[in-house]
Amino acid sequence: MLFAIYSLLSAGLFTVLDAGDVALTEAAVGAGISTILFLAVLAMADRHERPARGHNALALAVVTLTGASLIYASADLPDFGSAEAPAQTHVASYYVENTYSDMGIPNMVAAVLASYRSVDTMGEAFVILTAALAVVALLSAPPRRRRRAKPETDGEAPP
Amino acid sequence: MRTNGILRLVARFLIPLIMLFGLYIQFHGEYSPGGGFQAGLVFASAWILFALIYGLDSALQVVPFRAQYVGACLGVLLYSLIGVLGVALGGRFLDYGPLAESPQAAQQTGIILVELGVGITVATVAMLFFTMFARRKSELEQLGEDD
Repeated sequence: MLFAIYSLLSAGLFTVLDAGDVALTEAAVGAGISTILFLAVLAMADRHERPARGHNALALAVVTLTGASLIYASADLPDFGSAEAPAQTHVASYYVENTYSDMGIPNMVAAVLASYRSVDTMGEAFVILTAALAVVALLSAPPRRRRRAKPETDGEAPP
Repeated sequence: MRTNGILRLVARFLIPLIMLFGLYIQFHGEYSPGGGFQAGLVFASAWILFALIYGLDSALQVVPFRAQYVGACLGVLLYSLIGVLGVALGGRFLDYGPLAESPQAAQQTGIILVELGVGITVATVAMLFFTMFARRKSELEQLGEDD
């Protein structure tokens, strides 16, 4: 629920920032589909979590280090809305100036996604197909019996 | 949820509107925010809403499982075909230039077809995810009943 509300709020924020395409994606993916998938998975999970034994000190160290370096790197980011930011100075100005004369369509995002950067988008489409193949491959196998229900018939760990 | 009249009535009213909106952002994507990815998700969410209200079995009668994975591959194939078509007509890969007379019309044709491919893939893949997870749940429940 919180994820969905958070996504909906970010979608509103993107709309305020005039990023209609991103807002639409955020609303459809974050607030819609991923919430449904989360609920579908949660409905399959057990009610109680199995308690984990001990602490994973290595994981804590890795997470702390990564977080600290990300915060350190964020100091080098350009200021919000800065005119010298690479996002404004690199190829963006070419797209802004030439999209309409090249394509004759007003939506620059569609032009960049489907024409200027169409190979990237093709890669994305293949990534989505690969994700579907992975889900089908993982979930096509019939589920095994849980160990808790019948411990003597099944020595394998529950999935 | 089959017997809940309010849900059924609201869903019956909403599902066509969601599908229409999905088609709108698919084919109006060059003029307003939107495109294949968003349109596919919106279209799939209409189907998922149908599945939630009327049950997975009747939803699978509308869009069978086979159609879902065939559609997922077809969308990507359509995208690649447009790319190869550019080569076949004398351009480069994913070059829309040779598709039509004027360069702007060619670009628009290419963008619309490519976005259609993305839309088909995304819509069917989202349906596929939901089908797989929902099926898994019923399989697990059956297993629980057998024990």
